[in-house]
Amino acid sequence: MDASIRLRVDGQWRTLDVDTRTTLLDALRERLGVTSPKKGCDHGQCGSCTVLLDGRRAVTCLALAVAHDGAEIVTAEGLADGEDLHPVQRAFLEQDGLQCGYCTPGQVCSAVGMLEEVKAGWPSQVTEDLAGPPELDDEEIRERMSGNLCRCGAYPNIVAAIRQGAR
Amino acid sequence: MEFLRPLSWEEALALRAGRPDAVPIQGGTDVMVEINFEVRRPGALLDLNPVRELAEWEMAEGRLRIGAGLPYTRLIEEVGDRVPGLAQAARTVGSPQIRNRGTVGGNLGAASPAGDCHPPLLAAGAQVEVESAAGGVRMIPAEEFYLGVKRTALRDDELIRAVWLRPAEGPQHFSKVGTRNAMVIAVCSFAIALHPAERRVGTGIGSAAPTPLRAAEAEEFLAGELAGEPAWGRSLPDGLAERFGELVGRAAAPIDDVRGTAAYRRHALAVMARRTLTWAWQDRLAGTGRS
Ligand SMILES: Cc1cc2nc3c(=O)[nH]c(=O)nc-3n(C[C@H](O)[C@H](O)[C@H](O)COP(=O)(O)OP(=O)(O)OC[C@H]3O[C@@H](n4cnc5c(N)ncnc54)[C@H](O)[C@@H]3O)c2cc1C
Ligand code: FES
Ligand code: FES
Repeated sequence: MDASIRLRVDGQWRTLDVDTRTTLLDALRERLGVTSPKKGCDHGQCGSCTVLLDGRRAVTCLALAVAHDGAEIVTAEGLADGEDLHPVQRAFLEQDGLQCGYCTPGQVCSAVGMLEEVKAGWPSQVTEDLAGPPELDDEEIRERMSGNLCRCGAYPNIVAAIRQGAR
Repeated sequence: MEFLRPLSWEEALALRAGRPDAVPIQGGTDVMVEINFEVRRPGALLDLNPVRELAEWEMAEGRLRIGAGLPYTRLIEEVGDRVPGLAQAARTVGSPQIRNRGTVGGNLGAASPAGDCHPPLLAAGAQVEVESAAGGVRMIPAEEFYLGVKRTALRDDELIRAVWLRPAEGPQHFSKVGTRNAMVIAVCSFAIALHPAERRVGTGIGSAAPTPLRAAEAEEFLAGELAGEPAWGRSLPDGLAERFGELVGRAAAPIDDVRGTAAYRRHALAVMARRTLTWAWQDRLAGTGRS
C-alpha cells in the first residue's frame, strides 16, 4: 500500500510516495537519493543511519517513513552551511576521526545531537553529579556515543574530534 | 500493510477493537526490528505517536502516572528524581538513539524477560493502566502483568495507557550484568526499592526466568529480620545482605543460553542483590533518598 508524504530534508521540502513498510532510511537513500545516512545493520545497533529527526538524533532504519509525514530531517550533508563545514565536521577532518568513512555521517549527526543533549543538561549513565551541568570528559563522550559503532576502530580519534567540536 | 493513525486515545481504542491484527507501534525500536527482518508481517500497524497524551506524565492521587509513550530520555530528565530505580534502568537501555525513541509502554508490550523496565517496576510495586473501548480501564499490578515469554495480561482489544508509581519513598537501585553498549541485552538484572514506611523491601529480577519476577522469599526474609522501627535506623546486621543475596539467587529460574549459564546467572544475581541492598541501606543511613 502506498502513501504520499512530505519530508523536509536538509532544508528542502520533498514529496514522495512510499510503501507503508518503507523505512525512513530507505526512503532517503533509495527514493530521494540522499545517501549520507548509511545502512550498516538495519537493526538499530550500529548508528550509521543516524540523522537529526525533528532536532533529535535517531536511527532512521527503525523509523517508518509514513509515520514521519511532515518531519524535519537533517543529515550530515545538511549540517554544513554551503562550503562552511559544521565545527564537528571540521573537527573530524582535523583529528582524523575516520578511516573508511562509512560510519562517519552517522557519527557526525550523533555527535551534533549529543552536544545539544549535553547543553540541555541531560545526564548519562556515567554522569556522577546529577545536579550540575554534565562535564564532557572522554568517559562521557564514549558513553554518549555508544550508539555509534566504527568497524575500523577509529574511536580514539573520534573522541578527540568530538572533544574539539565541543569547544 | 495498512497504516492506521488515530488522532485521539478514543479513536485508538476503537481502531484496536476493530482490527485485532493491527500491531501497535510507539517508538518502534522493537516492532521495526521485527518488520525489517520479516519476523513479523502485520496486516496493519496502529501508530500511537499522534496520540499526544500518551507521551505525557502527571501527578495524580499522590502517584506518578507515566504515559506509555513517554520516551526514555524524557522520563530520565523530567521524572528521574522521583523514580530513581526506573530512571537508572532507563539509562542503560540500548543506546542514546534508542532511548530517544523507546518507551516504557513498548517495553511492557514487548514483554521480553530481558526488558530493563520490568525489575524496577516490580520493586516499586507499579501498576499498569490498560484500557479497551468495551471493557474500560483495568489497573494491573506489574507482577500480574507478565505471563510468559513475550506474553502479558493485555487482552486483544486493550492498549497500555500508562504506568503508575508512587514517587520513591526510599532509596532505589538497579543493576545489570552485560557488557555495556547498544548491542547487548542484559544477561541478568536486579532492582531494589526500600519502602521504609511499610518496613519492607521490594525486589525485581530480570532475564533469569521466562518472566520478570519478584524474589518473594527474599523480601519476606528481610521484612522479618528488619521488623520494628529500630532496625531501620541501624546498620544492616552482619551476614544479612549475603543471606538476602542467596535467596534472590534461588528465586530465579534461569536457563543456559548464549549469554550465560544458569549457575552464572544465579551467582551474578546473588552478588547484585547483596550489593544493591548494601548501597540502598547506606543511602538510607546517610539520608540520601536518591541514588
Ligand atoms: C539496538 C537496540 C538495543 C536495545 N537495547 C535494549 C536494552 O538494553 N534494554 C531493553 O529493555 N530493551 C532494549 N531494546 C528493546 C526496545 O528498545 C525496548 O523494549 C523499548 O522499550 C521498546 O519501546 P518502543 O516504544 O520502541 O516499542 P515499540 O517497538 O513501538 O513496541 C514494542 C511492543 O509493544 C507494543 N506496544 C507499544 N506500545 C503499546 C501500547 N501503548 N499498548 C499496547 N502495546 C503496545 C507493540 O505492539 C510491540 O509489540 C533495544 C532495541 C534495539 C533496537
Ligand atoms: S543501519 Fe540503522 S542503526 Fe545500523
Ligand atoms: S571509519 Fe570505517 S567504520 Fe568507522
